[in-house]
Amino acid sequence: MILHEMIDYDTLRVIWWALLGVLLIGFALTDGFDMGAGALLPFVAKTDTERRVVINTVGPVWEGNQVWFILGGGAIFAAWPPLYAVSFSGFYLAMFVVLAAFIVRPVAFKYRSKRDDATWRARWDWALFAGGAVPALIFGVAVGNVLLGVPFYLTDDLMPMYDGSFYGKFLGLLRPFAILAGVVSFSMLLMHGAAWLTLKTEGPIAERARRIGAVAGMTAAGGYALAGLWLAVGIDGFALVNDVVPAGPSNPLFSEVSREGSWLTAYWLRPWIIVAPVMGFVGIALAVMGLRAGREVSTLLWSKMAITGIIASVGLTMFPFILPSTVAPDSSLTVWDASSSHQTLFIMLVCALIFMPLILAYTSWVYKVLWGKVTEADVNENADTLY
Amino acid sequence: MEIGLIELSRLQFAMTAMYHFLFVPLTLGLSILVAIMETVYVMTNRPIWRQMTKFWGTLFGINFVLGVATGITMEFQFGMNWSYYSHYVGDIFGAPLAIEGLMAFFLEATFVGLFFFGWDKLSKVQHLVVAWLVAIGSNFSALWILIANGWMQNPVGAEFNPDTMRMEMTSFFDVVFNEVAQAKFVHTVSAGYVTAAVFVLGVSALYLIQDRHKDLARRSIAVASSFGLAAALSVVVLGDESGYSASHTQKMKLAAIEAMWETEPAPAHFTLVGFPDQEARETHYAVHIPWAMGLIGTRSLTEEIPGINDLVTEAEERIRRGIIAYDALMTIRETRGNVPDEARAVFEQNSDDLGFAFLLKRYVVDPRTATGAQIAQAAEDTIPRVFPLFWAFRFMVALGFSFIAVMAYFFYRASFRNMQFPRWSLYAAVAIIPTPWIAAELGWFVAEFGRQPWTVDGVLPTAMSASHLSIADLLITLAGFILFYTVLFVIEVRLMVKYIRKGPFQDVEETDAWQARHEARLRQTPGAPSPSASPLSTPAE
Repeated sequence: MILHEMIDYDTLRVIWWALLGVLLIGFALTDGFDMGAGALLPFVAKTDTERRVVINTVGPVWEGNQVWFILGGGAIFAAWPPLYAVSFSGFYLAMFVVLAAFIVRPVAFKYRSKRDDATWRARWDWALFAGGAVPALIFGVAVGNVLLGVPFYLTDDLMPMYDGSFYGKFLGLLRPFAILAGVVSFSMLLMHGAAWLTLKTEGPIAERARRIGAVAGMTAAGGYALAGLWLAVGIDGFALVNDVVPAGPSNPLFSEVSREGSWLTAYWLRPWIIVAPVMGFVGIALAVMGLRAGREVSTLLWSKMAITGIIASVGLTMFPFILPSTVAPDSSLTVWDASSSHQTLFIMLVCALIFMPLILAYTSWVYKVLWGKVTEADVNENADTLY
Repeated sequence: MEIGLIELSRLQFAMTAMYHFLFVPLTLGLSILVAIMETVYVMTNRPIWRQMTKFWGTLFGINFVLGVATGITMEFQFGMNWSYYSHYVGDIFGAPLAIEGLMAFFLEATFVGLFFFGWDKLSKVQHLVVAWLVAIGSNFSALWILIANGWMQNPVGAEFNPDTMRMEMTSFFDVVFNEVAQAKFVHTVSAGYVTAAVFVLGVSALYLIQDRHKDLARRSIAVASSFGLAAALSVVVLGDESGYSASHTQKMKLAAIEAMWETEPAPAHFTLVGFPDQEARETHYAVHIPWAMGLIGTRSLTEEIPGINDLVTEAEERIRRGIIAYDALMTIRETRGNVPDEARAVFEQNSDDLGFAFLLKRYVVDPRTATGAQIAQAAEDTIPRVFPLFWAFRFMVALGFSFIAVMAYFFYRASFRNMQFPRWSLYAAVAIIPTPWIAAELGWFVAEFGRQPWTVDGVLPTAMSASHLSIADLLITLAGFILFYTVLFVIEVRLMVKYIRKGPFQDVEETDAWQARHEARLRQTPGAPSPSASPLSTPAE
């Protein structure tokens, strides 16, 4: 097949690097408010009816939202197989905890209100809280570890191996900078969940959500600024040494990598990427003001802009690195040497171009059908059929 | 590589995959049955059909959520536990998984929420469309997963790239239209339809025994038995198609399933029962049916089906060619940028057998240093365990044929005996509820265990595919999954039982209003039968 040569291999790699970002952002924007609302559940809703209101704001949409996570996994597998292989086996136990959260959360949504029993419901409420809070924290910790570099290396057969001090040890992930990144992602998603509840609920629930959301937003902004400062002064970046062949074969061992300078030199090389962190800070500021003033639609939009900016800033800062290695920098995965073949990237792009617009269209339609607030009256009238 | 790690990784994968497949078949079939019921409702406007849609829809929902929850594990487990596999074949295997997300899973998951919460927010036709989108999404999901799995059984449309040390796609078309994948897809979804039909039949029979919800139960049996009969026939026919394609794509698996130790003169006999003895390489107390195997396997009277002993000899030859390919690969790697043409030529000539050299990695680090005895041992390793395959396959086939009989019987009673079912048949229908799950799990066992020692047939051995994790990692997650999945299973079965006991949710007001309108219409048509003349026209009790 010659068709795939219509687009250069290196161009396709950059497109798929951007699409990887789109998927992660799509996941954070949609499933993010589910996780945020789950983490807020015990604090914004006190009575059983209030809790059911919060649960039912996400009840009809969490399944679709969670697919962003699954699609993210599938797309990394298809477009960045070495990344899929190294990261999920390297973060093995952390991934297991995330999976556990994503398994228990759907079940909790579905089964919680199927029995009229306070102990039963309290247990599932706890599961919803943990199912939202724990992944929100772990995703940030994982991103922090990626910025610090991960202790893996590739054998000559490209078998991923892990340094003993790290691999298998969940606690090895909890380095101070990574914890800070976890705090940023947790508080960012808490703010997002609060913005969602402001839009979808009313009365005391919405008021509590707004109060907590404003604090969470300010925490996220502070943590994000601190992380930037830390990257500037305390953490070494990675750089490609030899001339890269952007359209070369996907073998990470073919390139030479050194640890020098700072990640933030990227802002000197490509000044326009400053847009991303600016979006992050401005988005948070406007979302916090919106929460305080009780604005609904605009607050959620600003919160989305903040999340987009923060996630994009990580990818843009690291480009072309995707997963740097501390113990064997030459094994680091980059955009130029960790992708699928030219043909697979092309076929997957065609599929994405066909289906992504469809997905966005029908997802928007579903949100439109479900538009409007969930109230205590709704829950009481439909006590048998709602979550 | 430690064998303990491989075995634990396999155990974990087998457990999570088989557990996931407890929920998938019911989702596949029930989504369609529910959509059919809602279609009847929209076409006839009879509230009983809406009640049926909602009732079976509730049970569908309880099951669906666990299918989704356990499916998440599957999507990530390749990377977590099978990282070398993921690197080695991700270029081909990842694509169908990603397309499944894009095309199918997004569809079903986005609309399933609207199915449950959209009754008052959508028009009747809109809601019906939503129900069908959920059903189509679920079934397309199965298509892409089976394309991925079919490629592991019959790796077409790909070749090895020495620069990237992995398989890369050469033809997306070949991967999608892989004959093994297509036969497996129809076989698997049909099995799902049978599962749902047996489930609906059994629960409805229970209601008839208990003398309640009889209108719902009778109609459900009518839908389930006609749908189930077609599906049961399709399962067996497509199972035969899978066997036929295995006779030229997966010869060793077929020979192991049939315990065919020696190549026999065509047409080979079929061993109905017997006791395969792997050590002695013979089958004790075998009962044969002349000609049958040759006819099923090759659809000819003259073509031979190779036996296990001949296939082992062939494997040994392929291992020797694989060593030549491996040697050329090492030369290519060492002389990068300046590879001698000769090495490339030698490699290309033998690269199809590279995977067979990897079989030696269980015994030596460098396959080139293997002794003759090690090569013979590696060739022997290509035989899967025959006894469990032989019997699992026979149980599955027996169950498959019995489903045809059950569905045909209920279809006959529903269509030609005015929906009257003898009491013994109702008890039998309840008793057989678990059997389609057993058949489905046996089927997966035959497909996956029969492919050993490979993860990708002839390309990558299982022993090389796993991640280099520690035993402790595996034990922690294995214990976690067992604990977690057991708790969820108990909860889900309890909820199912609770909602089956509770019975359908009655739309009393709507039913009465409809009946009044319906009777008024009938009064205007002289000579029309009274609404309760046939069981199919009675509204809810």
